[in-house]
Amino acid sequence: MLNNLMAWIEQRLPLMDAMNKHAAQYPAPKNFNFWYVFGILASVVLVNQLLTGVWLTMNYEPSGEGAFASVEYIMRDVDYGWLLRYMHSTGASAFFIVVYMHMFRGMMYGSYQKPRELLWLFGMLIFLVLMAEAFMGYLLPWGNMSYWGAQVIISIFGAIPVIGDDLTLWIRGDYVISGATLNRFFALHVIALPLVLVVLVFLHILALHEVGSNNPDGTSIKKPKGSVPPEEQSKFTFHEQYTKKYDIVDAIPFHPYYTVKDLVAVVIFLIGFCWVMFFAPEGGGYFMEAPNFEPANGLKTPEHIAPVWYFGPFYTILRIIPDKLLGAVGMFGAIVALFLLPWFDRGTVKSLRFRCTAHTVNLVQFAICFIVLGALGTLPATPLNNMIGIVASFGYFGFFVALWIYSKNEKTKPVPERVTGK
Amino acid sequence: MKKLILAVLAVLPMLAVAAGPSLQLDEANNDLSDKASLKRGFEAYINNCLACHELKYQRYNRTFADLGISDEDGMANYMYTGEKVGDHITNTMPGKEAAKWFGSTPPDLTLEARFRSPDWIYTYLRSFYVDEKRPFGVNNKVFKDVGMPHVLQNLQGVRTMDEHGNLSEATGGSMTAEEYDAFARDLTNFLEYTGEPNKLERENMGYWVIGFLFILLFFSYLLKKEYWRDVH
Repeated sequence: MLNNLMAWIEQRLPLMDAMNKHAAQYPAPKNFNFWYVFGILASVVLVNQLLTGVWLTMNYEPSGEGAFASVEYIMRDVDYGWLLRYMHSTGASAFFIVVYMHMFRGMMYGSYQKPRELLWLFGMLIFLVLMAEAFMGYLLPWGNMSYWGAQVIISIFGAIPVIGDDLTLWIRGDYVISGATLNRFFALHVIALPLVLVVLVFLHILALHEVGSNNPDGTSIKKPKGSVPPEEQSKFTFHEQYTKKYDIVDAIPFHPYYTVKDLVAVVIFLIGFCWVMFFAPEGGGYFMEAPNFEPANGLKTPEHIAPVWYFGPFYTILRIIPDKLLGAVGMFGAIVALFLLPWFDRGTVKSLRFRCTAHTVNLVQFAICFIVLGALGTLPATPLNNMIGIVASFGYFGFFVALWIYSKNEKTKPVPERVTGK
Repeated sequence: MKKLILAVLAVLPMLAVAAGPSLQLDEANNDLSDKASLKRGFEAYINNCLACHELKYQRYNRTFADLGISDEDGMANYMYTGEKVGDHITNTMPGKEAAKWFGSTPPDLTLEARFRSPDWIYTYLRSFYVDEKRPFGVNNKVFKDVGMPHVLQNLQGVRTMDEHGNLSEATGGSMTAEEYDAFARDLTNFLEYTGEPNKLERENMGYWVIGFLFILLFFSYLLKKEYWRDVH
């Protein structure tokens, strides 16, 4: 009976085939290391945000008069409302932690290089939408930091010549941030952007499975058809989509091998996540900022307006440039540079394991500059901080310039034919 | 690479220090699980604070339940103005007039402990001093030129500030310094409670959830190990 039903469905919509193609018979390199868990973790956080978001929406009131009180209603009167809210607020910060790690993995092992440029671009689009999603979500508690943080960020668009002022008016829907702004941000945060995000994630995974996963060695596990003797090929069964064109080596099916391995990673991640959520949901004042426990007040500016920590690097670049327009150009430039990474890198060797020493140094200095810029973004703009910020910004943009220069005629180490298993 | 990371870690706290001097706060050392202290704080709040400062996100019956007070006792001893037991803890002070009286409307204090900190509240309550230049004759070391009069002066007494900015011992209050500190600690404790009534439940649940996750980690690790025996 059940078999017949399954066959009936399969003839009309090949579900089992799709599952095999993308999980049970998807060839994944067997040498994934620690850095390869963050994609799964990002999916886990995405699901967490979607589910807790639905239940928060049931009790939240998107209006200038009611928003703040409805969040406290969720915290006090809704059964386990506090848990839902902390899962969502901790999830927001966790999302950026795992996404930044995921991106850095791609940079370390050259996962953006040919043929994975489109995969990288989808990833960057996800990052961009995620930033918009987080920014709009941060307004919804309607605390004073929500209000003034949004004020600062929206005013950036005012720096654009000619259309700037009209543009900010159009975004806000009012001359100041008001209930009108809150309502549209609510609509975008709970419907429009999550939809876009889910579609992009879907495309990101499809694009990944089309070109195949990279690995810490950057060595391809797909060899030309007929070039590998059968006894050296992977002994597992893979979907014909992959085997009809290639001989597969050093690969294992994603399911069950990586599902069980990722389960361990997910549980370790959840231990850290739950530790923050249950014992330090304010994240030391970085995940939930103290001024946000005061309702939005257009007449009272918080002592020190800081964006949430995950915008820190880009906010610092904006702030250290004295001219408002150039600052905005610098900030968006920092994101555009990341989009163009596949074309800044003219090298053919993927993994930093086999690239020149300069590349490793460059990557490390980039990571340090990014962290320093992020830390500065949460601190007041003192002259010393600004000076450090300028140095770190040079490091940030210098990464791309240096990469473009040395990757042309790079002295690389020989790349092994097969993955090393390390 | 490790050296570079260490260097960055060494520099980061310096940046934090560069953020500017912050006022030295006394530690409140309050204990959320001390129900007697919470009850004393609740009572002190009703008698001394509520006339001006609402707790408009917190309900009476929720407070009674969390503090171990029956609804009947609570209505008899803590509710003076005929509200229903499920009502929020509010007052009838007109906001606009209050702003004229004090310079600004006295803020709601439900979330004050999360907006400031328990230590801030504890220190603030103990840092009023005589300042004839202010409308009510008092100023506060923690909150300069605050609009609030020292409503607890009959309990604490009067303090003055010397030219170095140090406060004198309080004189003329009905409480000793220790008694007043304990009183301020109870109030602080109660406000930390109203800031997040679920805090103890949250932490308690945290131990169970994380305990469960460690068990799950053990078994998921075994599962991974078993499957990966096939992989060479």
